[in-house]
Amino acid sequence: MSLSPSELHEMTLASAKKALAAGDVSSRELVEAHLSRIDAMDGELNAFITRTADQALDAAKTADETRAKGGDLPPLLGLPVGLKDLLCAKGVKTTAGSRMLENFVAPYTATCVRKLVDEAGAISLGKLNLDEFAMGSSGENSFFGATKNPHAPDRVPGGSSSGSAAAVASDMVLAALGTDTGGSIRQPASHCGVVGLKPTYGRVSRYGVVAFASSLDQVGPVTKTVEDAALMLNAICGVDPFDATSLSETVPDFTQSLGRDIKGLRIGVPTEYFVEGIDPGVKRAVEAAIAKAKDAGAEIVEISLPHTKYAVGTYYIIAPAEASSNLARYDGVRYGHRAEGASELVEMYTRSRTEGFGEEVRRRIMIGVFALSSGYYDAYYGRACQVRTLIRRDFETAFENVDVIAAPVSPEPAFKIGERVDDPLKNYLSDILTIPLNLAGLPGMSIPCGADDQGLPVGLHLIGKPLDEATLIRVGDCLEKVLPPRPTVKGA
Amino acid sequence: MAQAAQAQDATQKAYDTVIGLEVHVQLMTKTKAFSACATSFGAEENEFICPVSFGLPGSLPVLNKRVVEMAILLGKATGCTINHESVLARKNYFYPDLPKGYQISQYDKPICEHGTLPILLDGEVKNIGITRIHIEEDAGKSMHGGGGSLIDFNRAGTPLLEIVSEPVIRSADEATAYLKVMRQLVRTLGVSDGNMEEGSFRCDANVSVRPTQNDPFGTRTELKNINSFRFISRAIEYEADRQWDALQHGEKIVQETRLYDAEKGRTYSMRSKEEAHDYRYFPDPDLLPLVIDDAMIKDVTADMPELPWQRRERFESAFGLSTYDAEVLTADDTLAAYYEAVVTDGIDAKTVANWVTSELLGALNQRGWDMSQNPIGADRLQGLLKLLAADKITGKIAKEVFAKMFETDDAPDKIVASMGVEQINDEGAVEAIVAQVIAENPGQVEQFKGGKDKLFGFFVGQVMKVSRGQANPQLTQEILRRKLAE
Repeated sequence: MSLSPSELHEMTLASAKKALAAGDVSSRELVEAHLSRIDAMDGELNAFITRTADQALDAAKTADETRAKGGDLPPLLGLPVGLKDLLCAKGVKTTAGSRMLENFVAPYTATCVRKLVDEAGAISLGKLNLDEFAMGSSGENSFFGATKNPHAPDRVPGGSSSGSAAAVASDMVLAALGTDTGGSIRQPASHCGVVGLKPTYGRVSRYGVVAFASSLDQVGPVTKTVEDAALMLNAICGVDPFDATSLSETVPDFTQSLGRDIKGLRIGVPTEYFVEGIDPGVKRAVEAAIAKAKDAGAEIVEISLPHTKYAVGTYYIIAPAEASSNLARYDGVRYGHRAEGASELVEMYTRSRTEGFGEEVRRRIMIGVFALSSGYYDAYYGRACQVRTLIRRDFETAFENVDVIAAPVSPEPAFKIGERVDDPLKNYLSDILTIPLNLAGLPGMSIPCGADDQGLPVGLHLIGKPLDEATLIRVGDCLEKVLPPRPTVKGA
Repeated sequence: MAQAAQAQDATQKAYDTVIGLEVHVQLMTKTKAFSACATSFGAEENEFICPVSFGLPGSLPVLNKRVVEMAILLGKATGCTINHESVLARKNYFYPDLPKGYQISQYDKPICEHGTLPILLDGEVKNIGITRIHIEEDAGKSMHGGGGSLIDFNRAGTPLLEIVSEPVIRSADEATAYLKVMRQLVRTLGVSDGNMEEGSFRCDANVSVRPTQNDPFGTRTELKNINSFRFISRAIEYEADRQWDALQHGEKIVQETRLYDAEKGRTYSMRSKEEAHDYRYFPDPDLLPLVIDDAMIKDVTADMPELPWQRRERFESAFGLSTYDAEVLTADDTLAAYYEAVVTDGIDAKTVANWVTSELLGALNQRGWDMSQNPIGADRLQGLLKLLAADKITGKIAKEVFAKMFETDDAPDKIVASMGVEQINDEGAVEAIVAQVIAENPGQVEQFKGGKDKLFGFFVGQVMKVSRGQANPQLTQEILRRKLAE
């Protein structure tokens, strides 16, 4: 049996896995079909920073040979995926979307990449575009140019995992890894009409993930379906001796949460998340999705997360503070961009960093340095850490009564490229619904739930208890079947 | 002598010196403080680096458990409280040999606090308060010259313990005594080689002066870059005098970091620009708070060796040694162990102490050797002292045999036999020599009998001379008295 190229790239991770197992398709065919799709689409979308076609074809050949031998096969053997270019993969450029690391070739591999590629057998087609050092929610802050929204090329795909969401939405890869510090998986997934899951902080190792804000960063999958998210999670979760903050709790088989009902499940809806200024189309789509959950037998409970309004302020102290320290290593001494012709040390530092970092990164470093400065620490960083505890307690209280929380991901759909460039504060405020989870370390997922009036994708935000990604998968998978299907992108 | 003179000098100063010491001890762990990367000494440049110690993007620190154990060990040895929860913090500053742009250290919640170190000053014990002991990592090494700068990152990430004393040290001699005990302690505990010249034991001194000890503290300066015991005392003396002199001239002391220039024997100010640091300390989000339970403390301290000052007290009480001898013998673990190995039933422990401190250390010093180069095994010295105790040889001969033991590996009894110097204990043989001496010195015999008692020593000397020092001294005296009275 032979499948057409369009049938191949329209597959999901799960359906391609089945097709490979059934011998209906080879890994080489899958990889080639997706590489052609990238050739056709990415000139416009700019989702990739680095393509690794040759390595991918070699890996596909090896995968097909392995499969031919039979026996116990790695779960994602031969399936083409993409990696946010914040994740180190040995021998491949890892730019973090920055001029600073424009030519940085990672000499080692991130744990999540090792697990997904080296152990689970997936094949990386390349490194995906992002806001520089994951700072941004539009994808526009990339040294390598903005990524476009596959559903509306004049609009942003969201960010910072802009390339991951755009590549999956446009069928250039079956699935991708992203990272989420304040919504960077969920928000672009929402804007691009795909599934994005941020696991509990510590579920996935951060080793080899270029750090933005260490206490908030978390790796997770961007996929076409909830089932695919479960497959990806199975591959990447687990304790890592190289990450002291990774969690040693047992990782369940997330596919066990598929195909279940949600009867009797208590779903909390936080009043604070339907804030004033929320886009009516977003509100309508999310409320419709919640109604579907009720139809499916879930109990809808109104809850309150009273400290939500402080989340943005708290986040924009803690994240820049950590970033200012995490990005201090980019000094032009050992690797990365070094300014030419500096005559002394401080000049070399200043010029290398001024040239190497973009405006938003420099802005956040300055905010962070200020927040940690002697005399200001208590009022800013110290206070932010206290408020963070209050936000975490909000969720603890709420989860005494409900099993999962449902809300919008973003108060608005994708905006137009260039529209916000001069208004960073407005961009910061639009992170209000995703940031609280990162502050509390909770798992969250965006699943497509229809469109606004202009036909732009809208995501439903599901928020789980700590370590309870399984319930997110269960609810997401159940609702996916009754919600409008994910929007597809026609070929170029 | 020199020490005594200095101490006297210090007490005669017109002002009071206040010193607090910060000691950095490099730990002898197999791997670095926050990575599985091997620690290295004397390896090729940049041979021992990994993503973590080189500060690559995405690398993360994981605390080496051995470092925590060593910190607990040192903390318990100095009577510190071990905090059940402490925090690793980032100290942010830019420097080319600091790979991450921050050093992982501890700030407001160190692992150990409130300890003491007992030091001996003029035979009196003084307990020097320890404010805190904390864990941190070392930086790399910059090398300048040849038209550029190079950096070796082998040392980057090597674990350090910083030990901060209370400002209770009152003289350069006290400071030196404190550092010597501290160095011996880290060696006894096996946490560091304590080598100051190679940088595994470093000291910064905070120094201030005031008219009398009843006055409030003066403004302090921090002396850095003191890399040998020889210079510590000089640097502190110089700096205290400099401060007092400045104050006498109506100047104000600026709180600053000063470097000690060993060649010129003076301290000088670092440019203020370089020290105007705001380190922006904050808890390292890559590392969880360091939690230590009682079980771990118990586990670690189960291996606690005898501490230098405990050993000193035991040497005094068990061997009847003077505080001074006990101090000398326990100032070095190898020496103390050697002494204990020589001491045995039938030999006076004090005699052993005399032999070890005077003869052995004297002979080693003469050659510029230390204990590790000592060619006389404890069993050989013990053998020699047994011969002496059993009257097989005289004390004079023992010293000759001892000298020979430096040149040969032979056992002392074999040396004695080959020298033909065994003690003559046979009464008849000694009597014959005495008779010979009396016969050969009739004039002296006459004088002695006439009441010149002092001449007795002359006769003993003559007997020794004739017997080439082998005549049993006691027997010689007995027989001489008897024969001269006849």
